[in-house]
Amino acid sequence: MPAGIVSYGVYIPKYRIRVEEIARVWGDESDVSGNLNVFKKSVPDVDEDAVTIAVEASRNAIRRGRIDPTRIGVIYAGSESHPYAVKPTSTIVGEAIGTNTDLTAADFEFACKAGTAAIQACLGLVSAGMVDLGMAIGSDTSQGAPGDALEYTAAAGGAAYVIGKDDLIAEIEDFYSFTTDTPDFWRREGMPYPEHGGRFTGEPAYFKHVTNAARGLMRKMGVSPEDYDYAVFHQPNGKFPLRVARQLGFTKEQIDQGLVVPEIGNTYSGSCLIGLAATLDVARPGDRIFAVSFGSGAGSDAFSIMVKDEIDELGGGVPLVRDYISDTKNEYLDYAMYAKHKGKLRL
Amino acid sequence: MTMSTAPRFWRHIPQRYNLIGTHCANCGEYYFPPREICPNCRRDTVMEDYKFEGTGTVVTYTVIHNATEDFKRQTPYTLAIIQLDEGPRLTGQVVADPDDVEIGTKVKSIFRILGKDGEKGIIYYGTKFVPAESSA
Ligand SMILES: [Zn+2]
Repeated sequence: MPAGIVSYGVYIPKYRIRVEEIARVWGDESDVSGNLNVFKKSVPDVDEDAVTIAVEASRNAIRRGRIDPTRIGVIYAGSESHPYAVKPTSTIVGEAIGTNTDLTAADFEFACKAGTAAIQACLGLVSAGMVDLGMAIGSDTSQGAPGDALEYTAAAGGAAYVIGKDDLIAEIEDFYSFTTDTPDFWRREGMPYPEHGGRFTGEPAYFKHVTNAARGLMRKMGVSPEDYDYAVFHQPNGKFPLRVARQLGFTKEQIDQGLVVPEIGNTYSGSCLIGLAATLDVARPGDRIFAVSFGSGAGSDAFSIMVKDEIDELGGGVPLVRDYISDTKNEYLDYAMYAKHKGKLRL
Repeated sequence: MTMSTAPRFWRHIPQRYNLIGTHCANCGEYYFPPREICPNCRRDTVMEDYKFEGTGTVVTYTVIHNATEDFKRQTPYTLAIIQLDEGPRLTGQVVADPDDVEIGTKVKSIFRILGKDGEKGIIYYGTKFVPAESSA
């Protein structure tokens, strides 16, 4: 029996900082924005973190699908910025969306792909008939050290997907994952900012894993890029997803709708899932979506998704991705205000 | 420190996360914070839990410029008395530019960090408000 997406919701904080403003502070005179194809990034408010973002995204998913939260039997929350080292994000989400205590929950961590790993785990429990509905979340308030290249893109946002077997708005036809032990990016316990392997993060990490997962899924299913209306790839910057799409044979038109990184930056565990949500926001019944996440460390999860008639029954007055991105609602910060928001002045 | 505040916070989680109050089915009155006995009905009270919609109106407000260590990063912030659409009034923070808040402003609830028990203690989550037309 098919399984897949019953509802989804996103949340993106309203504050933005322009990449040029960060470059100005560090005296970087190269065309940073143009080189990254990222022009601004989202910044959390002083009282927001990966938990509050996960709760808002989950509440949006519940409202959009008019889901009875007591049907949810499992919550997996993926993040690389869980506010507690020990004390789950997922239990706070469960209480905040009003699940029963008849619930299993855990937090996932796999750099930027913890959210898609959570979807896979929920699919397993749902498909086996062990739970009615599952909630899979990717949310982050990622940090880049002041002056580090990551600071230009490390952003905040999240997405939540309700996974089930009935009333699917989109069936997950199949998935394929590709995983290796690759030290391209890491953060040791107790350290405030992650470290990374610089140029090492490109070819042997992002490109190798995304292309292998994508090709593995297409081979497994006997499909090709022409069989899809849309494609979404993890978006650490605005250049990598364009290049990997080209390498795999997808067109710019196929990925445009889900390419959100130029406007909001890299939302880590939220990145691929917000891109997928932006695509579902406009998708029509019968559309097919190809989605591939990437998490450093390293691995990629590729999904083939078929949009169903039920997508037209979603509602609830829930904001679309483009409502969160739209310029008029955003507030721009200068670097000093940004540092205050992020509690960064710990130098 | 952690031991003394965590249980008190924990007991109030339903109120703080989801604005769970009570509703007297006998006379129709809503209560927040929750009450067990309806002052209107006393012995005839028929109390049930009620989850408030989270929408309301600013009755009055003040802008806080000087705050304790915990709240310093948030200043200036707006503390308001909000009348929920169902009737009860409560005190809450309105997350907005202080210029965008006035008496009569319609607000809706959001989920935010209310405070932290220092560097080591628990993080208090709960309800704040934003102007109703905000997507946040
Ligand atoms: Zn009464």
